Amino acid sequence: VTESLRGKTAIVGVGATDYSKNSERSVLQLAVEASVAALADSGLEAGAIDGIVTYGVNDTVLPRAVGTALGIPELRLQSFLYGGGECCMASIGAAAAAIATGQANNVIVYRAMNGRSEHRLGGTDWEDEYRHAAGEEQFGYPFGWLAFAQRQAMAARRHMIKYGTTTEDLGHIAVTFRENARRNERALMRSEMTLQDHQESRLIADPLRLFDVCIENDGACAIVLTRADAAPSLRRRPVSVLGVAEGGGFRPGSGYEYFTADELADDYSGQISPRLYEEAGVGPQDIDVVSLYDCFSSAVISQLEGFGFCPRGEAGPFVREGRIKIGADIPVNTHGGMLSEAYLHGMNGLLEVVWQLRGEAGERQVEGAEVGLASGFALTTGCALVVGVE
Amino acid sequence: MADAPFQSIPVPDQDSAPFWEAAKRHELVFQRCSACGQDRFPPAPICWRCRSWDAEWVQSDGLGTVYSWVVVAHPIPPGIAPLVPYVVALVEIEPMVKLPTRLVHVRPDEVTADMEVEVVFEDIDGGMTLPLFRPRGAADTQRRQGQA
Repeated sequence: VTESLRGKTAIVGVGATDYSKNSERSVLQLAVEASVAALADSGLEAGAIDGIVTYGVNDTVLPRAVGTALGIPELRLQSFLYGGGECCMASIGAAAAAIATGQANNVIVYRAMNGRSEHRLGGTDWEDEYRHAAGEEQFGYPFGWLAFAQRQAMAARRHMIKYGTTTEDLGHIAVTFRENARRNERALMRSEMTLQDHQESRLIADPLRLFDVCIENDGACAIVLTRADAAPSLRRRPVSVLGVAEGGGFRPGSGYEYFTADELADDYSGQISPRLYEEAGVGPQDIDVVSLYDCFSSAVISQLEGFGFCPRGEAGPFVREGRIKIGADIPVNTHGGMLSEAYLHGMNGLLEVVWQLRGEAGERQVEGAEVGLASGFALTTGCALVVGVE
Repeated sequence: MADAPFQSIPVPDQDSAPFWEAAKRHELVFQRCSACGQDRFPPAPICWRCRSWDAEWVQSDGLGTVYSWVVVAHPIPPGIAPLVPYVVALVEIEPMVKLPTRLVHVRPDEVTADMEVEVVFEDIDGGMTLPLFRPRGAADTQRRQGQA
């Protein structure tokens, strides 16, 4: 019998900096600001923290730097996962596993970056990095397959080929998230967007248009995770970790799996969701609110299907019929997602789920939200977390 | 004279060198497991199916079909601007063997799923050669157009 993480830990505090195009602060300051905000939210003192976890792609500060800045006496757990979206909920899982096995009691998990002003990911200024294509990129870059939008567009096209999804469907996703962002004062993109605006936005990597692509920005998010038995005495309603899973891909470790995947239209989410739901003890019908990783609008399509919110191949009609809006079947990215709120590699999506489950989402509150899901991925591998309140 | 578009140069390694060496001879090759017969790409030291370390290089007939494709419209990096719009495709040359490549001799709006394509080689800087693909019969069409 496998030991389960269900109910063993709880998110007791969340915090974030403002999101901007130029923070004019160091990444260390961003990480510490978000951590201090999460600590204040929880009511825990910094001295109670004995673990710090983060993830990134050489665009962040390491846990020990944040621990030193905060005067943490000793870090029993310091872990840095290398990656972006594929590590976001996995980092929560790593912290939860450490707490559940007694290796730490109170852990901060943060994501911090100057992702626009200092370190653009796969940006237009990568000409030197693109010049020589070694390792896994020798079969990509030389053919002009360079940027993340161009990679994800290949999967988006495949979904269109196989299931008849359209660019208008992607537009409905972008417009829905923008409507949500307009109710969120933290969001970077709050001007009105119509389906026509989406359809008239310029092509980046057909079938993806500008408004299918997420924001680049600076900022940080943090959460505080603690033992479930210690959570009720703290300030906030505990948000219990019910299940976490990571996986996906084909030929793990090859590094090339994006173009060796059996079926590019179906992503990691269909592979991990059975064990995610089994551990959490819930099914997709029990989820009240969800933050799906939206590095590109098309990613929402494959995850809606993989996590079981609609049948395989039917995400196009599902979004077209408005079923991902607040008040509809399954509200998705009520904060505006990375398309319209900010790009914090999935952590801002988790913060939104926590606020929703605590009933603190203001104008965008999903009535009676008790169980939520947040996800993240990159290319073919990813991770997801299910959380709930009593 | 307009600047040539930005070109990323492949850097072969111990696993992939035979692929790139064959390309220089204008041959398209892929690996086949000597133990179980599974075809594989990209090159790898071991068979993902039976874990045999023994493999042979097989010459492809150069024919394939379009599995999926992208029309790159926004130039990244900016130096690739003279090439846009261009088509990057995954071309399936055998079951389980899908090559990322660029389609040539075709307008972006003419590309369709399962389009039948054939390899064509382009010599680039660094003494390297890229296997690109074009619609089957494109050479004949070009010849006819050239005569017209």
